[in-house]
Amino acid sequence: MIRFKVNGQEKTFDGDPEMPLLWYLRDVAELTGTKFGCGMALCGACTLHQNGASIRSCVTAMSDVGGTEITTIEGIAPMHPVQKAWMEIRVPQCGYCQTGQIMQAIAFLKDNKNPTDQDIDTAMSGNLCRCGTYQRIRAAIHQAAKHQTPKHPATTHPATKHKAAKETA
Amino acid sequence: MKIIENVSLHVSRRGFLHGALASGVFVLSARFIPRPLWAAEGEAAAPAFQPSLWMSIASDGTVTVVAHRSEMGCGSRTALPLVVADELDADWSKVKIDQATGDPKYGDQDTDGSHSVRSSFDLMRQVGATGRVMLINAAASQWGVSPKDCTTESHFILHRASGRKLGYGEVAAAAAKLPVPKKEDVPLKSRSQWRYIGKESNSLFDLPEMVTGKAIFGMDATMPGMVYASVEHPPVLGQKIKSYDDKAALKVPSVQKTLIIDTFKPPHQFQPLGGVAVIADNTWAAFKGRKSLKVEWDSSPHSEYNSAPFRKTLEATSRKPGKVVRNVGDVDAAFAKGDKIIEAEYYTPHLAHVSMEPPVAVAEYRDGKVLAWAPTQNPQAVQETIASVLGIKKEDVTCHVTLLGGGFGRKSKPDQVAEAAVLSKQLGKPVKVVWSREDDIHCDFFHSVAAMYMKAAIGPDGKPTAWLQRTVYPPIGSTFDASATYALDEMGLGWNNLPFDIPNHRAENGPADYHVRIGWFRSVANIYHAFAIHSFADELAKSANKDSVQYLLDLIGPARIVPLEYKEEDADEKQRYPLDTARLRRVVEIAAEKSGWGKRPMGKGRGMGIAAHRSFLTYVATVVEVEVDSKGQVHIPGVWTALDAGTVVSPDNVRNQFEGAAVFGTSLALFGEITATNGIIDQGNFNNYQLTRMNRAPRHVDVHIVESEAPPAGVGEPGVPPFAPALYNAVFAATGKRVRELPLSKTKLV
Repeated sequence: MIRFKVNGQEKTFDGDPEMPLLWYLRDVAELTGTKFGCGMALCGACTLHQNGASIRSCVTAMSDVGGTEITTIEGIAPMHPVQKAWMEIRVPQCGYCQTGQIMQAIAFLKDNKNPTDQDIDTAMSGNLCRCGTYQRIRAAIHQAAKHQTPKHPATTHPATKHKAAKETA
Repeated sequence: MKIIENVSLHVSRRGFLHGALASGVFVLSARFIPRPLWAAEGEAAAPAFQPSLWMSIASDGTVTVVAHRSEMGCGSRTALPLVVADELDADWSKVKIDQATGDPKYGDQDTDGSHSVRSSFDLMRQVGATGRVMLINAAASQWGVSPKDCTTESHFILHRASGRKLGYGEVAAAAAKLPVPKKEDVPLKSRSQWRYIGKESNSLFDLPEMVTGKAIFGMDATMPGMVYASVEHPPVLGQKIKSYDDKAALKVPSVQKTLIIDTFKPPHQFQPLGGVAVIADNTWAAFKGRKSLKVEWDSSPHSEYNSAPFRKTLEATSRKPGKVVRNVGDVDAAFAKGDKIIEAEYYTPHLAHVSMEPPVAVAEYRDGKVLAWAPTQNPQAVQETIASVLGIKKEDVTCHVTLLGGGFGRKSKPDQVAEAAVLSKQLGKPVKVVWSREDDIHCDFFHSVAAMYMKAAIGPDGKPTAWLQRTVYPPIGSTFDASATYALDEMGLGWNNLPFDIPNHRAENGPADYHVRIGWFRSVANIYHAFAIHSFADELAKSANKDSVQYLLDLIGPARIVPLEYKEEDADEKQRYPLDTARLRRVVEIAAEKSGWGKRPMGKGRGMGIAAHRSFLTYVATVVEVEVDSKGQVHIPGVWTALDAGTVVSPDNVRNQFEGAAVFGTSLALFGEITATNGIIDQGNFNNYQLTRMNRAPRHVDVHIVESEAPPAGVGEPGVPPFAPALYNAVFAATGKRVRELPLSKTKLV
């Protein structure tokens, strides 16, 4: 029995331990904001946070989830400065990859409050967007960095607040 | 579950506009209204007033507009309702969007060819304006005043003389009892009165759901009691199963069983490819079970398909006379005159669409009827395909349309939806078919591989006196007719309408056989046609020692309407969208000016290139600046695009489309190539079919929209065609190397 938290809620799993976290979330937990794009950690559509750090859930086996805290896009509430910036810059076209992009950006901005273009490129180049919204993603990250007050935790869900508090301490 | 329960039946209480608008589109009928899946905010009030199929108003003032086109990222699901809201004088915050199921009563629903706004703009204006007139009439009648003395303002009817005011919801029920006015009695707003059309403030209707993960794509659709399927398709097109062993697959936990899907009978059309489906309790188990399947396939006529020799065949054909598709003057006589002759050959490979959401669908067959949810560009094609494969009536197939995680033409073909329906019929329960990325790339309807031969005779002024162009590729028609070898509609995609001022010109097309499924891909044949035409134009410019922009303007020639032959069904295009070189010249001049063409010093390894191409009735010019580093890697510091798409509904979204087209163009120019070995596609995921990532994308894309009152034209596709030739011309300017094949990664630049 694997025990872990998803968006602050206690969960258990006793299915195939090889099942990627992505498919647990989508098919079992019915949290579909995390997307399937490649299954090989090549596109970043499945990006979410494990203990506050961004990971690719399509290659994270359930056996590696035990004892950790998972935050998905559904656990980012209320709206994060990154999401607000995404709205203001009007980043999405089809929108499919954007939850992964946003989760990657949130984790990245936690460690880098004032990123350069180069920093953003390095952090975001694992996340593909076939519609080609990269220019707006870059602009939105700059905007979010500007709006993000130093005290604002990177993710606002209780599960990750705890983690953020620990990091500050 | 969340989806099916949200379907409710509304029967309109009154007739629809009879003959007042486009005939045949408005029909009295009961209709299912699936509430917006991605904006479930409790029960919507029942419509009190529904003056047409397209729009209704509830007594609480909620306006519901039907979106009959699919949303795959181009914005038409937002743009068309915005047009209705504008003419209705509605408050956009009170507008909901109801995504239509597939039904011919909506007319054409195939969201392709960049024509959603173009084809429905006038109709949607009429829909909104008719509703507004009826609301005014209802309020005026209630007040006992003349409708002429009433006006509207953002969801209210006003009688200024008396200061009275009624909300749209308050008069909706009364409006429903009034006769629908004739078209001539419905005034449209003047352009200066528009509040939404053309405004910078417009943003996508689904934007909040997209950034919070609540948006429902096909990948997210579910049905109660459904099972998951992953299908092992024939590796080579047309192969049938010889034998298979599923013992190991069935031992995988959560795998339920395997089922056969029959291989299609040619032509393949949109039918399932065939194969062995693994049915499981979840997607992962279905994928895992499939890895343990052992399938032996028989032979296929396409098992000999190898990309390298096929290229030689195409190129050989391109050197021989082909079918003439446009002829002006006499190129042969001009070539014989002894002017300087320049020839060049260009090659472009197959490409795969790879929308971020792979093909997926959920369907249930029950009692001879099918209910499907799919991210489809064409729900009517879903109806037709499933009906044909299962031998039922298309009216008995209901197709709901989710948001599409990208489409780019792939999702106008619903083979995966048909797979779900076929499997559901065998299983007796709903089935969700999920394609892996490898399935998506191996089994695409590919962008065609093409070879082009170009020849020009150059006069003493450096301009061509004759221009011959020949193009050869397996046509899209082969998807519908296995014997098709010549292109049809592709000719109109930048080949039989060269806008250059050249006295002798001939365009030809040579035959080619297909060996994989060929389909539409964002901007389609314009990609290889524009690549050849604008690479060649630049070669001529450099050969004449002329500036590329000036030479291009000289080629386009004076402002005029280019005489073209139009088919009968293209009467609207001939009348409202003639090929106007003044508009083409203008975008060239603007792109050049914005880029600082000729005014900025280009250091070593840097250069600029230009191309201008009209597609989907939109005029586009693109300047690309490149920097080629000491390792030969190409960087793109800037892209400047100018476009004239006529009237534009949402300018910010249009800029987003063209910014994206530069990235899409970078992918196909730098990396994109699909090849086959013995009929099997060599690429399978983003490791060997690369897309542009942020670190290789253009650093800066500047998009300039030309102000225009011309009718609306396309915006989803037209940004793509000029990109690759502009980039290649820039590479020549930077390095002196003329590369004549896509992608650039195949050529060492240093």
